[in-house]
Amino acid sequence: MSGQPAVRAEGISRTFGEVKALDGMDLVVQRGQVVGLLGPNGAGKTTMVRILSTLLKPTSGHAEVAGFDVVKQANQVRRMIGLTGQYAAVDEYLTGRENLRMFGDLFHLTPGYVKARSEELLTSFGLDDAADRPVRTYSGGMRRRLDLAASLIARPEILFLDEPTSGLDPRSRLGMWQVINDLVADGTTVLLTTQYLEEADQLAQDIVVIDHGHVIAHGTAEQLKDRIGGDRIEVTLHDAAAAERAARALGSVISGHPLIEDNKVSAPVSGGSMVLVGAIRALDLEQIEIIDIMLRRPTLDDVFMSLTGHLAEDETQRPEPTRRRGARRR
Amino acid sequence: MSAITVGHPVALRRPIYGWALHDGFVVARRNLIQTLRVPELLFFSLVQPVIFVLLFAYVFGGAIPIPGDGASAADAANAYRQYLMPGIFGQTVAFAAAASTVGLAEDMSRGIIDRFRALPMSPSAVLLGRTFADAVRQILVLTVLSITGLLVGWRINSGLFSAVLAYAFLLFFAYTVAWVGAWIGLSVPNPETANTAGLVWLFPFTFLSNAFVPISSMPDWLQPIAAYNPISTLVLATRELFGNPTGIQPHYWSLDHAALYTLISCAVLIGIFAPLAVRKYRNATAR
Repeated sequence: MSGQPAVRAEGISRTFGEVKALDGMDLVVQRGQVVGLLGPNGAGKTTMVRILSTLLKPTSGHAEVAGFDVVKQANQVRRMIGLTGQYAAVDEYLTGRENLRMFGDLFHLTPGYVKARSEELLTSFGLDDAADRPVRTYSGGMRRRLDLAASLIARPEILFLDEPTSGLDPRSRLGMWQVINDLVADGTTVLLTTQYLEEADQLAQDIVVIDHGHVIAHGTAEQLKDRIGGDRIEVTLHDAAAAERAARALGSVISGHPLIEDNKVSAPVSGGSMVLVGAIRALDLEQIEIIDIMLRRPTLDDVFMSLTGHLAEDETQRPEPTRRRGARRR
Repeated sequence: MSAITVGHPVALRRPIYGWALHDGFVVARRNLIQTLRVPELLFFSLVQPVIFVLLFAYVFGGAIPIPGDGASAADAANAYRQYLMPGIFGQTVAFAAAASTVGLAEDMSRGIIDRFRALPMSPSAVLLGRTFADAVRQILVLTVLSITGLLVGWRINSGLFSAVLAYAFLLFFAYTVAWVGAWIGLSVPNPETANTAGLVWLFPFTFLSNAFVPISSMPDWLQPIAAYNPISTLVLATRELFGNPTGIQPHYWSLDHAALYTLISCAVLIGIFAPLAVRKYRNATAR
């Protein structure tokens, strides 16, 4: 059993009426690994997590979690997993402690264990003071932390985090990252979805980029960045005409096609920081005045742009089936 | 950060009487705590039946004669209140179904249902817990109603055992209609629709009965419908158990065997609606 991957999915498809949310999705997550499922809205991330956590049946394909079939052995799968979705899945009227007790009881843990574990989790997640207040009175960040605590009540081996920080303010987001990193350090297998490239970069060792319901790229953040070439040079000039001239002047320095956007030119380069010197010389020779010049590693945004032809966060909403009726955003 | 350590063996309980009941009680406890956290809702759910008692006792009461009772006008009004209270009890417990409808529709629209469905718990527990809690809440409602009844002149004219049996009948009926309400709550698209859908069938269901007027006063074609309405037999059985006037009954098998017919109806309704609701619940978020 220890040799098996934590998650193995092959050819998963799922249609909602006319809409194909997943189209032949493959995914492997090794034990102890943190995999980030990265894609724009409507790419199929949430649908994938819902299938792996037994909430949704695939239209076709096969998936195993901890060696159990997600359709035929759903209850065994549920014993092994924790799930934290985009919306805090806790009871509003119950207190934090009452929520943890309820979920522990429903996991069929012994009352003594539930009590001790709840205390542990409330303390670790900084909810001690709020433990006996109804969740209604919690802030968004507190709800998410309680939600994550509820997912951890039975010490799951595999944790699914569906956009764990969407809608959180920057401070709460950093707090969640800290908690997730601690879990990972303890050896939990984590599959997380995100549309924040920064988040995938921060948390996941392995990133699976999906679009239109299937995998379009896979690798570490570094590997993905290398795929679109190494560093890029970015020059800002006075106007678009100057940018045109600069692009021509840089011809001998850059190693690929220059991209002109208004008064900016960017292009892939090879050769480290020495190319900066060469670029400045080349521009100076043509008497082109530079406002700003820099060398940067490609971001996952660049990766996404080159893979899909559109920016991850620019994506207009596709008719992704909403996860359930009357879903409320908080 | 050893406190949030995961992937370790945990202490598991052994099932004692089956997980469905255990999980049902856990969810029922949650629903009852919710009730206590919103006392305003509880208050208004008590006000409505009390208003019905006062309206029928003082506004309509004098206009609805109960055949076979009361010589003077004052006697007639008093007889009607004796007759009325079990009718109000019956109507009130039937309206427990609406609470189940709205409660479930709200649960289904919230993220918590995903967590329930991703837990290794019994798939019927959310419904068992909902219907059970809604029936338990009726204990409080019936207590308040009984006190109101006593204040307007209603009396229990039978023994303790019969009275307890009458209340037990009412609670079992509340539990039964809660399943019907649960099924409706799972069938509607959102909580807003549930507010209406949960109530609309209850008006004909409760008024096409002997709860407020004798069946013999209805047109001939309506009488069999009212006679076989389980509300009528519930109310009739309750009147008999409390020793309250029943009026003169037309002869129908259901009315002649009111208690038996009520129990059969409840069993049939649960037999139909519980499996339907559980199936709907299982498929609910798969759409």
